[in-house]
Amino acid sequence: MGAGHAHTLYRHGHSHVHRMAPQAKLAAAFVSVVAVATTPREAVWAFALHAGVLAVVVAAAELPLGFVLRRLLVIVPFVGVALLIPFVAGGEQVEVLGVGLSREGLWGAWNVLAKAGLGASISIVVAGTTEEARILEGLERLRVPTTLTLIAGFMLRYLVLIAEELRRARTAMLARGWVPRWLGDARPAASAAGVVFVRSYERGERVHAAMLSRGFTGTMPELDTHVTSGTDWVLGMGVATAAAATAVVAVVTT
Amino acid sequence: MTALPVEVRGLVFTYPDGHRALDGLDLAVPAGERVALLGPNGAGKTTFALHCNGIHAPDEGSVTIGDLRVAEPDLPEVRRRVGLVFQGADDQLFMPSVREDVAFGPANLGLRGDELDRRVATALAAVGADGLEDRAPHHLSGGEKRRVALATVLAMEPAVLVLDEPTSGLDPAGRRELVEVLQSLPQTQLVITHDLPFALELCGRAVVIDGGRVVADGPTATLLGDQELLRAHRMELPYGFDPTVAIRTR
Repeated sequence: MGAGHAHTLYRHGHSHVHRMAPQAKLAAAFVSVVAVATTPREAVWAFALHAGVLAVVVAAAELPLGFVLRRLLVIVPFVGVALLIPFVAGGEQVEVLGVGLSREGLWGAWNVLAKAGLGASISIVVAGTTEEARILEGLERLRVPTTLTLIAGFMLRYLVLIAEELRRARTAMLARGWVPRWLGDARPAASAAGVVFVRSYERGERVHAAMLSRGFTGTMPELDTHVTSGTDWVLGMGVATAAAATAVVAVVTT
Repeated sequence: MTALPVEVRGLVFTYPDGHRALDGLDLAVPAGERVALLGPNGAGKTTFALHCNGIHAPDEGSVTIGDLRVAEPDLPEVRRRVGLVFQGADDQLFMPSVREDVAFGPANLGLRGDELDRRVATALAAVGADGLEDRAPHHLSGGEKRRVALATVLAMEPAVLVLDEPTSGLDPAGRRELVEVLQSLPQTQLVITHDLPFALELCGRAVVIDGGRVVADGPTATLLGDQELLRAHRMELPYGFDPTVAIRTR
């Protein structure tokens, strides 16, 4: 195991969006996602506005467009399903390039595409500009129950190690001539996963012992290390208000 | 009479599966001494370490740390006094950032604010890891992880350090840095290791544990010069290593 310095989602930078207090960023992102999700699909202009605000934030965060688009590949499965809707949905048919498509289905596809694309992009900007530890810190500030942030924290901390153990188990299997071809060959992989599970469980016991020996008594101590900046809240809420106002106007006018 | 920082009497411990890991272990360590705990795999060294701050409770016998017996209701104070550095640094570093990890122990002691920050800074400086505060533990090198793991217990300002295999997996430079850090620390130290040159360099006294009890106790150089003793307890010096020469050139 080396000292790999690859953050999975974070992109190092010094923009104002990077430096912003994580709780303000998370709150703004949450409000924006809710606003996008509640915007009626027919209000195409509202989605354009949402996209405009997002573009400004992406530019301010100095995130390259290619970075955001590559990460957006994660929604490809949803896009695939969305593109099928116009072919299978019923109702009034319209002809597009000689193919008969459902009007209702087209709206449905647009709805999924626009909302999934914008929603995922917002998450990509947050994850791309906030280190994992800071995201957890932000959630704690937003009074998310400590048990949840703790579980997320341990998961982030140990997922890397567990993935590494799985990778090593796979390498060891390949080195001894294992050639995965079809589902029947998955048996060794499943037992390797079982072994990794047991090892992770034992690691959990060792981590618990390490916590006990440093005075852990069952509740995590609060570690306040950063000060919240008022400016960050103003900026975050500015973005959130723009998104929320767009959604409200769209709902009212549609 | 001042109580010894570590005193162990007739320690017996049996795991739930029936394996008797400790079988009447006795040990007394004066203040400021660095003692190497040597012995083959399965000798009971790590099990003993886990008794030093009450992670395991003995079936018979006792461990005392200064004037406190390792048992309830004194466990919180015992755990402050005894810093246990585990074999796998990844098990020791469980918080999202180095700063939070080092702060975890002293925060459990109730420290907050400036005093907490001071503890974190002092502990990291003591192991030469200042500047790593905001890094994630899984992004550190093996040597850095080991030193930060040490800082996590130093932040509790312990009187005794118990280190389990501190050099395993370290490259020569990382090992050298660790020796220098440990030599610079004032604490009483119990160092479990298979790395005999490391034991010789760091510890004036060595104790050989086998079968859950102490089978030899004396100056490290003398024990390592006893070929018969080493063979009897499955220990070997690295090829070409002569402890008498090493001790002269130190």
